[in-house]
Amino acid sequence: MTAAVAPQARPATPPDATPPAPLVTRRLTKKYGELRAVDRLDLEVRRGEIFGLLGQNGAGKTTTILMLLGLTEPTDGEARVVGLDPARYPREVKRRVGYLPDAVGFYDDMSGRANLRYTASLNGLNGKAAEQAIDEVLRQVGLIDRGNDKVGTYSRGMRQRLGIADALVKDPDILILDEPTTAIDPIGVQEILELLQTLSRDNGLTILLSSHLLSQVQSVCDRVGIFAAGRLIGQGTVQELAARFMEDEAIVEVQFHEDDGEDLAPRVEAALAALPNVTGVARSERVGRPWHVTVAPASTEAEVREAIPAAAVTAGLRLVGLSPHVPSLDDIYRIALRRRAEAAARRMGEGSEDRPRKDRPGRPDRRPRSRRRARRTPPA
Amino acid sequence: MTATASTPPRESTRPPIPRAGWVVVAGKEIGDHVSSIRFLVLLVLLGIAAGIPLYFAADTIREAAEGASEAAAVFLALFTIGEETPYITLRVDTFVALVAPLLGIIFAFDAINSERHDGTLPRLLSQPIHRDDVINGKFAAGLAVIGIVLVAMLAIVSGYGIFRLGIVPEAGEVFRLLAWTAATFVYVALWLAFGLLLSVAIRNTATAALVGFGTWLFLTLFGPLVLSFIAPILAPVSGATNEQIYQSAVFQDTITRLLPSNLYQEISVALLNPSATQVSAPATIGQAIQANQQIGTLLSLDQSLLIVWPQIVALVALTVLCFGAAYVLFMRQEVRA
Repeated sequence: MTAAVAPQARPATPPDATPPAPLVTRRLTKKYGELRAVDRLDLEVRRGEIFGLLGQNGAGKTTTILMLLGLTEPTDGEARVVGLDPARYPREVKRRVGYLPDAVGFYDDMSGRANLRYTASLNGLNGKAAEQAIDEVLRQVGLIDRGNDKVGTYSRGMRQRLGIADALVKDPDILILDEPTTAIDPIGVQEILELLQTLSRDNGLTILLSSHLLSQVQSVCDRVGIFAAGRLIGQGTVQELAARFMEDEAIVEVQFHEDDGEDLAPRVEAALAALPNVTGVARSERVGRPWHVTVAPASTEAEVREAIPAAAVTAGLRLVGLSPHVPSLDDIYRIALRRRAEAAARRMGEGSEDRPRKDRPGRPDRRPRSRRRARRTPPA
Repeated sequence: MTATASTPPRESTRPPIPRAGWVVVAGKEIGDHVSSIRFLVLLVLLGIAAGIPLYFAADTIREAAEGASEAAAVFLALFTIGEETPYITLRVDTFVALVAPLLGIIFAFDAINSERHDGTLPRLLSQPIHRDDVINGKFAAGLAVIGIVLVAMLAIVSGYGIFRLGIVPEAGEVFRLLAWTAATFVYVALWLAFGLLLSVAIRNTATAALVGFGTWLFLTLFGPLVLSFIAPILAPVSGATNEQIYQSAVFQDTITRLLPSNLYQEISVALLNPSATQVSAPATIGQAIQANQQIGTLLSLDQSLLIVWPQIVALVALTVLCFGAAYVLFMRQEVRA
């Protein structure tokens, strides 16, 4: 695609004038020996949005990010960052992408400012222009007062913010953040997420962030991609994903007035389980311990919600709360994983019946070696 | 800042990517080196190497210079004359030979692994530089810092000789000194490259330092000693035929030729001493006889270079080998720990 352009000829200008999306991957694959760290990944991050790459540790998030930066060669497939192939033009890509690595490190005996100055000079920024850029990013991340202190004296949250400043100092088009909120206290997390929102809104930055704490980042992400064992199992807004993965069943959250020591459980269960389309009643562990009424199919959720007050009155229960339960990303993630496991088990079941359910494909990192070998013998 | 979501034309304001990233890396590393403790170690070690022998050399050389106007290369004697006790040889050239590997290792043993350990390597590599800029820059920085101090030290010794002792160098001697400095530079580069290799291969900085110093100690102090033990075992001398004894000698010689400390020592002898017509033991009886029959004459620099050319080539080759190994290993390593 860009093969005709010599890499050294015009480094700063991309060959295409209006790139469709700043970050695209097509069937991107990375293998480490037998292990597929990233498996046929199709990803598209749109201009100016905050995209969350979510998944457990070892799901392939960091590997994906390294491939996007040209720091690791993909085994197969391709990536386009600002319209360029990072494997072919790593320097041009890295000039335009700010990266905050997982567990970012600094030269501790240098000041925050000196650390940023080094990054700036590596990006061709020197002298006055560099100092201006450093001032601006330090102000953005709220470290302008501590810029001249040695990084060794910084707290973890400050280091993380300095990391973001470091990624910003080159004035990038895209910001890639690997686990920006890990090991930060809740207030620090809020600060960082707000900072990212501001950057996205005011600077028009495209932001890709990875996290394993789904609930933490769902508030700031415009769209998310859910990653499991190297594969993307869902991509879209949180609502879209909820609609897709929660179509079979819905949950209604109900709360009753409860005197101390009173055990409502038998009466509630009797009253609610009798309603049509209700498949389960259980007490959740959340604050106030509301009851979760599972409804299947999900389309009948409104009907069930209408019927609950009447049923409560009949049973002599005092209703204090009634709402549809909005699934969190954690719920979606759990269901998505369970579904994959079920689908895999079904496929597997056609071969032999006694296979354990947890032995599902696509998670080679979790499986003992011997079993992996045994599985290959019968064609699935 | 006006908050328009559409992307502004950023390309125009962005400076171009620096053409030589290694220069930027080297600049930062030199700054680090100069303000670090290891720089102090460098100054102290080279200061000792220059100061102590010079103190002893001053008396000896004055006597030698007074007595003989025909004395060969008096100026170079500044570097080769000193106090020789049974325990230690206090001469500039032997001191430098002892200290140079130490400096090379000190300045490189933690070059890459400390960046990896501190988590700065991914950040550094995500900047628009080539990956080899990092290792090249660090190598260049180490060489530059040691080189500058080394040259300064030699200049001070020379200056002392000129002003306090009144020994003025001839052109030939200056060239010899320059050639010797260049050889010392290569010798330092070898150990610097070796340190770099350790810093790439060994993740733990302390382990890398220990392995580095261990190797240095082994090769410079115990190497010849161990060799003289091993050689008779591999090729026994007692009850052996002449042929076998000869084989043993050749074997020892071959191994010795690969020891960097020996290579440097031989180069040093040939370059600093114009009357040295051979540096290693004669390989055949014929050569030995020939050596004994030679009249004491002074060689010109090119002749001296010719004598130790194999050693120079071997030293350069070892340096290239070490740096090449470090380079290839670093390029193949995963960015992640």
